[in-house]
Amino acid sequence: MKPAFSVIFLTTLIGAGQGLFLALFTQQSYALFGLLPHQDARFYGWGSLLALVFTLAGLIASFFHLGRPERAWRSAVQWRTSWLSREVIVLPAFMGILFLYGASHLSGFDPVLLILPSGLSINATIMLGGMATILAFALFVCTGMIYACLRFLQEWHSPLTVVNFILLGGASGFTLATLYAAMFASAQAGFFGGWAIIITLLAFAGRSASLWRNARLKPKSTVQTAIGIKHPRIVQTAQGAMGGSFNTREFFHGRSASFFSTVKMIFLLLAFVAPVLLLAVNLTYPSGLLLGIAFILQYFGLLAERWFFFAQANHPQNLYYQNIS
Amino acid sequence: MTQLALVIDLNVCVGCHACVTSCKEWNTSGSAGPLCDENPYGADPTGTFFNRVQTFEVGQYPNTETVHFPKSCLHCEDPPCVPVCPTGASYKRKQDGIVLVDYDKCIGCKYCTWACPYGAREIDEKQKVMKKCTLCVDRIYDTRLPEADRKPACVKACPTSARLFGDVHDPESAVSQAIRESAGYALMPEWGTRPSNHYLPRRKTRLKIHVDELERVDNPLKVDGKLPKPNKSDPALDDVTSW
Repeated sequence: MKPAFSVIFLTTLIGAGQGLFLALFTQQSYALFGLLPHQDARFYGWGSLLALVFTLAGLIASFFHLGRPERAWRSAVQWRTSWLSREVIVLPAFMGILFLYGASHLSGFDPVLLILPSGLSINATIMLGGMATILAFALFVCTGMIYACLRFLQEWHSPLTVVNFILLGGASGFTLATLYAAMFASAQAGFFGGWAIIITLLAFAGRSASLWRNARLKPKSTVQTAIGIKHPRIVQTAQGAMGGSFNTREFFHGRSASFFSTVKMIFLLLAFVAPVLLLAVNLTYPSGLLLGIAFILQYFGLLAERWFFFAQANHPQNLYYQNIS
Repeated sequence: MTQLALVIDLNVCVGCHACVTSCKEWNTSGSAGPLCDENPYGADPTGTFFNRVQTFEVGQYPNTETVHFPKSCLHCEDPPCVPVCPTGASYKRKQDGIVLVDYDKCIGCKYCTWACPYGAREIDEKQKVMKKCTLCVDRIYDTRLPEADRKPACVKACPTSARLFGDVHDPESAVSQAIRESAGYALMPEWGTRPSNHYLPRRKTRLKIHVDELERVDNPLKVDGKLPKPNKSDPALDDVTSW
């Protein structure tokens, strides 16, 4: 497939936003049970607004993918069948609850809603955070399923696609949360940094598993099934147009094999190796600068990862477009 | 239930592209607006087509065959492009099974093309909406046209009648008979999309000629050859008639 930069930015930006929110709410949940000190409401509030900025940037990027962005509102209609439509509903819902979560922290309007039999009091921010957590995971599932549900694209048609969207977004968000904590709640940077390392390593395992799987895929469709002629040697001699068509532009990344494998090495280094090393160094030698570099490197690594994710998917329609003439 | 479809006979198709040009002519002139082209007279012409004729060479030289392969939307019975559409612009008609795009609802997200294994959909780069074969839905029901013209433009144009059009759910229709009796098959059956359009395979036409058939027993030339050669002094026909 031809990687579309609008979609690359959409998926990486909202992934970082979702991950940042999940990191903040994880810390708040720990604090709820007294495992970590409760932070100032402004820490959660401004952090969730930063996450909102990332999701908003992703939403804006998504509009550049549409030929007719003015009709985008129509895309919420087919949620019964289309994962894209579900994402279109869940993304603003997540952003709305995320905004309320941040606003509730910042405005100080955080009433106790109920007291559990154990004596634990559940505040409005915990309720909103819980709802936003469910929506964040739902959004990851929607985004992943947009690709995983296409059975013809065998590279994508796997549960690993959804798992990796969750882990890669989580890794990016927790790294960002570590940077955010280093600046505004340095005592918590170790907590976020530890989780960031764990999730980045899990994401590395998940992505490696999908690379391993994709390297062993056997295409179900062949030129024989594509035109229904059972002969081992079939060569296309004309594709019906001399100047190319939508079919020759949309379904191939158009880069050389060496560029393709270089991107793979780059994303493995930038998205996983570099941030884990920098985060590990930060555990012993805390440094905001290192964390800033770690987040930026990882983000560029994830851009490369998403480019590779699209470029690696081999669409069966390419069987009909092998030779111009 | 009706399922309109095309049956394309690969044994008959000569690859003349008449169906392509006729399709383009009809569908670029309709009320749905043009099928836009870019650089039509430039170095890199490209444009939106519903139908393409491709050519494949099968076999190893010298035992090769050239197969011309017309490709358009197959109007699948279980179209994978329809459920993924977020706006409902892509839909399959209940009454005749034609898969259509509502150009007024399409947002141009191209997700349906990702979901079509056949590459049957092409985006209109000017109008920014997805386009595909409509089986000439604006033509086949037009009662102002004579009955014989209520067929897709490609079917009407085919000079060798390689394209048949009809209801593949009606077992007595010409298309169903062709599929049944001439081994009609569907493309990429492995994906379970159940395409409605079918293709009829190439058929080998062999003539079995026995040695004794090479010469006619009662060959009149041979009969003539057995006549005695006339003597040079014998009167020729001219001598007989010119006195």
